[in-house]
Amino acid sequence: MKQMTWLLAALVAVAGCDKKQNDGASGKATEKPGTVEPANATLNASGATFQKAFQEVAIEGFTKAHPSIKINYGAGGSGKGRQDFADQVVDFACTDAPYKDADVGKVKGGDFYYIPNVLGAITVSYNVDGVDKLQLSAATIAKIFQREIKTWNDKAIAADNPGAKLPATPIVVAHRSDGSGTTENFTKYLTLAAADAWKLKSGSTVEWPADTQAGSGNGGVAQIVKSAKGAIGYVDLSDAKASGLKYAAIKNQGGKFVEPNAQTVSAAGDGIDVNDKLIFSALNAKGDAAYPITAQSWCIVYAKQTDKTKGAAVKAYFRYMVTDGQALLPEIDFAPIPKSLQDKALAQIDKIQVP
Amino acid sequence: MQLFELRGRSHHGDAAFRWTTVAAALLVLVVLALIAFTMTQRALPVLEKMGGEFFTSKRWASPDSFYGALAFVFGTLYTALIAVALAVPVSLGVALFVTQVAPGWLKKPLVYTIDLLAVVPSVVFGLWGVLVLSNHFGLGRSFATAGVILAVMVTPIITSLAREVIETTPTTDKEAALALGATRWEMIRAAVLPHSRGGLVGAVMLGLGRAMGETIAAALVIGSALGQVTVNAFAPGNSMPAVIANEWGEADDLHKSALIALAVVLFAITIVVNLVATWIVRRSMARSGGK
Repeated sequence: MKQMTWLLAALVAVAGCDKKQNDGASGKATEKPGTVEPANATLNASGATFQKAFQEVAIEGFTKAHPSIKINYGAGGSGKGRQDFADQVVDFACTDAPYKDADVGKVKGGDFYYIPNVLGAITVSYNVDGVDKLQLSAATIAKIFQREIKTWNDKAIAADNPGAKLPATPIVVAHRSDGSGTTENFTKYLTLAAADAWKLKSGSTVEWPADTQAGSGNGGVAQIVKSAKGAIGYVDLSDAKASGLKYAAIKNQGGKFVEPNAQTVSAAGDGIDVNDKLIFSALNAKGDAAYPITAQSWCIVYAKQTDKTKGAAVKAYFRYMVTDGQALLPEIDFAPIPKSLQDKALAQIDKIQVP
Repeated sequence: MQLFELRGRSHHGDAAFRWTTVAAALLVLVVLALIAFTMTQRALPVLEKMGGEFFTSKRWASPDSFYGALAFVFGTLYTALIAVALAVPVSLGVALFVTQVAPGWLKKPLVYTIDLLAVVPSVVFGLWGVLVLSNHFGLGRSFATAGVILAVMVTPIITSLAREVIETTPTTDKEAALALGATRWEMIRAAVLPHSRGGLVGAVMLGLGRAMGETIAAALVIGSALGQVTVNAFAPGNSMPAVIANEWGEADDLHKSALIALAVVLFAITIVVNLVATWIVRRSMARSGGK
């Protein structure tokens, strides 16, 4: 499995290189004239596990073009990333959620920028024999995860799936045992889209009912869904696909049931409102084609870099992530950020000061 | 002290040696005090907010910034008790077998194997628990699963301590019992167990301490269910070390403070258990003739 992932990463990286050579002119356009070629730098970063797959392929692709730069990404969670960045123990960090207002003052290195780089779907994966297509509305999801709906042939599920044959199998709810940005985004979606039905609020961990099952990481939840008949759980798209899980089409704001894939996730990106710090939420986005449980992720970087070679390397890598790196995302079941946001991100990256 | 003076060598070396050892001993105390101090200090925000409810409530809801430790304290003690209840008969059996019954050629390999169990990293036990106990044997993730795993982990500790305690039984006591016509079991009951009772209780208490502090194995198999205070051992639950390991990464300020407060509670409980264990061992040693 691990070998497969590496092979895939290598293939993707090779594909990325080919592309660069093919459209040489446009590839050049992303390299700012007058930028010093960064050399011999090792960058340490930490943060969101949600971005782990993307960081692996992006680092591979970037360091192939810049062999003298080494980048280490420790996927210890968004919260750890924000903490490490605030304490200046990493050169940059990645996070699924921005700092709380009260915590911005604790960031020791001064001003910093949010650079959005990844959009990804959180699936509602399930394991029910004989049901290969499932449609769910936010209110139904809320009731399932609060254990108000306990069997698959419940009226609410039937109402979302007209004509479908649903078995009387009991529902097994799977969620994360560890604090997680995925849980935070999933529960935030339910507070937005099912405000009346959802009572557990949102957070990196919430008060799940006791008769539910907990797994560690997206992989742990996927494992439960895969092994328990009647199970349902929230898992990011790449892990759901890797485990061969079935996942539901979710009803969006336009009333359409939409399946998660690169197109529907990108469509969610088109319907977002971005503020001038580039903070936004892709959850419950407008638009008929948008997959509603779409999460976003940022990398954060200090506006004033203190080290010349490291600063140049950070800047080059950030530019790579929002330009050529974006092409790697669909391959790993994530989606690129929309063009308008990409332009804004590049403008922010250009403002990074390197001594 | 006298030994050094009799040798009549340089006193500088003695002084240096003495102060080095004193410094090393003090360092341990200082580190312990610093840990207790910083942890308590960082636990204060949640204690100020929650007051006594931190200890009496079983509700743990970070979205509401409401933190009650009761369910985790219960889970920690309950799984540790299950573990010790399962481990003690096995450990004592092994210790008695090794010291009193086993033929010489079997003794050493058995002792090595048991000691080997003690150095297996806990994550290995945890994964074994997830893969075999939870999935294969269908125990699920519950207090019972965690208890079984912890039992396997504390067995070597209790066994090796018990073995050493039992071996201190004077041969004269044992021979006296045998000479009076006692069978092997009667000899064990009349000579070995009374002599080593205190030490055995101490061994069990140390095992209990280890079981309470175990983190990764517990985190993997206990089920991470909130608010569970129930004697149903097959229900999923949670323990203090498990919840700290699971939730630390994404915790915000007050949440972190609450997790640190849990650590302080755990620290206090394990210290109490260890102090009681030491006291029992001491008392029994004093009673059995100051050995």
